Amino acid sequence: MSNHPDGKTCNLANLTPDQLSNKVVGKRKLSDVLTLLEVHSPLIAASAKPGQFVMVWPGEKSERIPLTVSDLDPEAGTITIIFQEVGRGTLEMGKFEVGDSIPSLSGPLGKPTEIENYGTSVVIGGGVGTAIARPVAAGLKKAGNTLITIIGARERSLIILEEEMRAMSDETIITTDDGSYGRKGIVTEPLKELLDSRKIDFVVAIGPLPMMRAVAETTKPYGVKTIVSLDPIMIDGTGMCGGCRVTVGGKTMFTCVDGPDFDAHQVDWDELRARKAFYFEQEKVQREAFMAGGDE
Amino acid sequence: MAKVLEKQHPMPQQDAEVRITNFDEVALGYSEETAVAEAERCLGCKKKPCVSGCPVNIDIPEFIGKIKENDYIGAAQVIKQTNSLPAICGRVCPQENQCEKECVLSKKFESVGIGRLERFVSDYEAANSKVTEPPKALHPELAKYNVAVVGSGPAGLTVAGDLAKLGYSVTVFEALHKLGGVLRYGIPEFRLPRDILDREIEYVQSLGVKFVTDVIVGRTFRVMDLLERGFDAVFVGSGAGAPKFLGIEGENLGGVYSGNEWLTRINLMRANREDYSTPIKIPKRAIIIGAGNTAMDCCRTALRIGSEKVTIVYRRGREEMPARAEEIENAEHEGVEFKLLTNPKRFIGDEKGQVKAIECLRMELGEPDESGRRRPVTVKGSEFTIEADTVIVALGQNPNPLIRSTTDGLETQSWGGIITDSATGMTSIPGVFAGGDAVTGEATVISAMGAGKIAAVGIDRHIRKMHGLPEA
Repeated sequence: MSNHPDGKTCNLANLTPDQLSNKVVGKRKLSDVLTLLEVHSPLIAASAKPGQFVMVWPGEKSERIPLTVSDLDPEAGTITIIFQEVGRGTLEMGKFEVGDSIPSLSGPLGKPTEIENYGTSVVIGGGVGTAIARPVAAGLKKAGNTLITIIGARERSLIILEEEMRAMSDETIITTDDGSYGRKGIVTEPLKELLDSRKIDFVVAIGPLPMMRAVAETTKPYGVKTIVSLDPIMIDGTGMCGGCRVTVGGKTMFTCVDGPDFDAHQVDWDELRARKAFYFEQEKVQREAFMAGGDE
Repeated sequence: MAKVLEKQHPMPQQDAEVRITNFDEVALGYSEETAVAEAERCLGCKKKPCVSGCPVNIDIPEFIGKIKENDYIGAAQVIKQTNSLPAICGRVCPQENQCEKECVLSKKFESVGIGRLERFVSDYEAANSKVTEPPKALHPELAKYNVAVVGSGPAGLTVAGDLAKLGYSVTVFEALHKLGGVLRYGIPEFRLPRDILDREIEYVQSLGVKFVTDVIVGRTFRVMDLLERGFDAVFVGSGAGAPKFLGIEGENLGGVYSGNEWLTRINLMRANREDYSTPIKIPKRAIIIGAGNTAMDCCRTALRIGSEKVTIVYRRGREEMPARAEEIENAEHEGVEFKLLTNPKRFIGDEKGQVKAIECLRMELGEPDESGRRRPVTVKGSEFTIEADTVIVALGQNPNPLIRSTTDGLETQSWGGIITDSATGMTSIPGVFAGGDAVTGEATVISAMGAGKIAAVGIDRHIRKMHGLPEA
């Protein structure tokens, strides 16, 4: 470490290689496909807030992909990212071990989640989305909300951060599609029961697109403010390419600079799904090539 | 002296049929003999009108004189006194609107091929000399003053190079993972080969400039943090990174790209290469909307990755197309179809939400508008459709909003451009300077470099004044 360990006050004219290293200092497999990396990146750790993301570029021939910051420790100068190894980019990210440096990691990008005391808030994490939901939930709790968390996944091994979420929540509900853990079913079932039984003031849903869309449809008749964190295709993450554009309330927004959080009731979900699916075939080829051939 | 040849020596090029199958450079460059013969066309005017047309004040007759004497390295040194990026300028400058426009010969004949000679000289230097010893800093005592440069595009590289030559300690912060800004993500390699870009950046590095990638000023830290935490001045050269769209129905269908996205995928991420994982779909029929240099680059790139048909749709006429004549001609020779006086009305999608056609209207030219170009007027009821599986909207860029939205007190135009003092490049915040597309909106590489030169002088004066140093 340099003599200026704090990314908030260090001399920017004299940044050390260590401060710019993006060195992996912790790695944990949360399941077969879910991986946690703790990365030394003091400048980002000093400025990131819940809801923001970073762009990573795992190697010379890789794609740039956005990953949301799941946790940060400004004192230690580290950020935590959790990702599901589903595409080539995340599979490549999963190859990094403690001591490796990530070739490119930049951020924090996007707008932070608007956190205030809404009253009773429900935070819903679907699969790996729970990693992104955690800091938002923590922020809402800290702001004084009564916090209810719902964690959903396809099956038990994909339920993550249960203990952390339970510890900060007034109530936590787990659902799995196959019933292997918690309630059998999807997150909107307990959500609807909550909406029917008590006053809910604010809902945040972060997870796969169909789940966020279902949450939006569930809360809409109740008129409860609902925020989703979108993850369309991105390249630069800085507003330069417009690849991540999405229609919200009839207007074109760039997810990377205007989001990633948007009013769930205003999002054009069909359009978003179509844009996300555009490279489906190519993505499949890349993933298979990676699985078959290893790193190249 | 013999009678002056009326025309420039033509630039040897790859044949159109061959070049659309590769990403190699289209223009092949003058041979030594051709360069000397072209240099002989220069009258060596005492008044040097050409220099007045050069935003970076290259002593043009002087370097051309060196070519006549076969002293090509000497010619390169003359250029590098005022221009740190000659191999780039020799390729992408619109010389026909600048130095060559002022050339005395151009009154009766074709001007001297100044750009082609500049390119010859810099390529000769790269091929035939060991790495040129970078000039020593003029004022080593200035090394204790730090200047931050935001963005490693043409404006940033120029400021950085000029200030490093004076003796300042310069750090360039780049948002992307590779250096060069628009020179890297925007300009295709068949116009600016990557080894040449790398070489020019290495030269700036050799002057002592420090480069830091992956820092997004405005997010990782703010402009004001730079001033408060180590830097005596900041130059903002963040470019024009916010693509314009038409705002018409269906524009967000799958398969509709901005010019920036299309070019970034290919130029920066190399999506067209099988071993690179950033995806792209090879269009069967691509439509490019717009007729500027970016639009031409999009068309020519689409052809090279294997598109069967590429069509430009532009609402004005041929005379009004803003791209360089040379680029339009290249695109035409390569087989790009031009649908002029045609304006998109809406994008039509298939059942999967992917674009399959655009509906257009025919236009007529009316009275001149505020830009002096004749205003296109819609022909009522003239709707027709053109099929396409890829549409690239290349209508230009606005300045990226990240810096202005995170810098309190930074005055900007209503459309987002940073307001600067034209004599010094200083913004409304003392010590913060700006130039290039971040100030002007999308313009040219050379105008960004010109703004960088002005700001370098402005920054030098500012720092000297702040610290009670004598004027240079």
